[in-house]
Amino acid sequence: MQTADSRLTPFTISRRARVGVALVLAWSAASMSPATVLPEERADVMYHRYDGGDVTVSGPSVLVRKNVGEKLSIAANYYTDFVSSASIDVQTSASPYDETRNQYSLSADLLNGKSVYSLGYIRSSESDYQADTAFFGVSQSLFGDLTTISFGYRYGDNDIGRNVAGVLDPDFNEQMKTQGFSAGVSQVLTRNMILALNYEVVTDEGFLRSPYRSVRYITGPTTQALQSEAYPRTRTSNAAALRGKYFLPWRAAAELGYRYYRDTWGVRGHTADLGYTHPIGKWTLDGSVRYYRQDRADFYRDLYPRRDFANFLSRDKELATYDNLT
Amino acid sequence: MRARLLLLGLSLAIGASACSPIEPWVKPYERENIADPIMAFNRDPISQAYIDHVYEVREAARGATGGSGGGCGCN
Repeated sequence: MQTADSRLTPFTISRRARVGVALVLAWSAASMSPATVLPEERADVMYHRYDGGDVTVSGPSVLVRKNVGEKLSIAANYYTDFVSSASIDVQTSASPYDETRNQYSLSADLLNGKSVYSLGYIRSSESDYQADTAFFGVSQSLFGDLTTISFGYRYGDNDIGRNVAGVLDPDFNEQMKTQGFSAGVSQVLTRNMILALNYEVVTDEGFLRSPYRSVRYITGPTTQALQSEAYPRTRTSNAAALRGKYFLPWRAAAELGYRYYRDTWGVRGHTADLGYTHPIGKWTLDGSVRYYRQDRADFYRDLYPRRDFANFLSRDKELATYDNLT
Repeated sequence: MRARLLLLGLSLAIGASACSPIEPWVKPYERENIADPIMAFNRDPISQAYIDHVYEVREAARGATGGSGGGCGCN
């Protein structure tokens, strides 16, 4: 699938087109469990590669999910990704990055009447970043199983280091804590249509900037200099998403989704996507189109007029005005 | 005031539903299509988690995708 930023008209490729190409090869062996709301048993091996928005992400992933008795399901996942970015930062300060991240996770789902309780732990390690996340969730089906409500909470502890010339800097150690609360409702509307509404608030506290990146400022008519970024120490974001799925008469499914995002740094984001799933014998064909647009954070600038221009300084491309069609 | 009215309305609705249970308007025997695996919102959890992660690496927006993860790989 090849796509281009062109304001939702996929046939014109603008000159500064940001092209996102996602390739996901997945092998999956899933055995359907009998009528239960526990997740089905499965073993998945996947290789993925994404190329777009100046970022390449690739790597393998393995998931195994096994039921223990009729009420308990346990899953283990190993996931590696290799992120490399040759961004515009390269022109001014040395921040093209190559990073290998390993992630292990273990989770359990327990079925109790019409409720499913989930509990899990995720560890993610990079050479200069370690994240430990624990999560808990509960979902409950109501009204003759037409409605399902769910709640979730997660807590993450992040240990941030800094590599200098490929070696971890012993004098640099920062912390960041993340908490997330989520709630969702899914509702069967007709015999062919289901709707889901999800809401999540995430709040971060601690060291939120990059230990490497710098911002540029003007020192003279033709000269510029660099200084470290300065970020607030908290960030709270709210996101709400509505998804609908429709069963088509020839056994295929169409999906439509929209998400609105805003955070305390002044970023607003809109995500819209359209998907189509078509089974052919043992194979399932999935296609989707996704459009994303965000406004920049209040304090983001590509070039500041002078040193220490504001309390907060950032040149992170994640916080810039951006749009992308995948 | 509006919040109170909303709360009142909500509690009335819950109260009413407690007295006369809502009849499922899609009967169990009519749920063949809804129960089809292709109708699941997260049919392929690992590739979905991966795709969500990729978007999170490049975009400011996060959350409400139905999954959860740790770390970013984007310093």
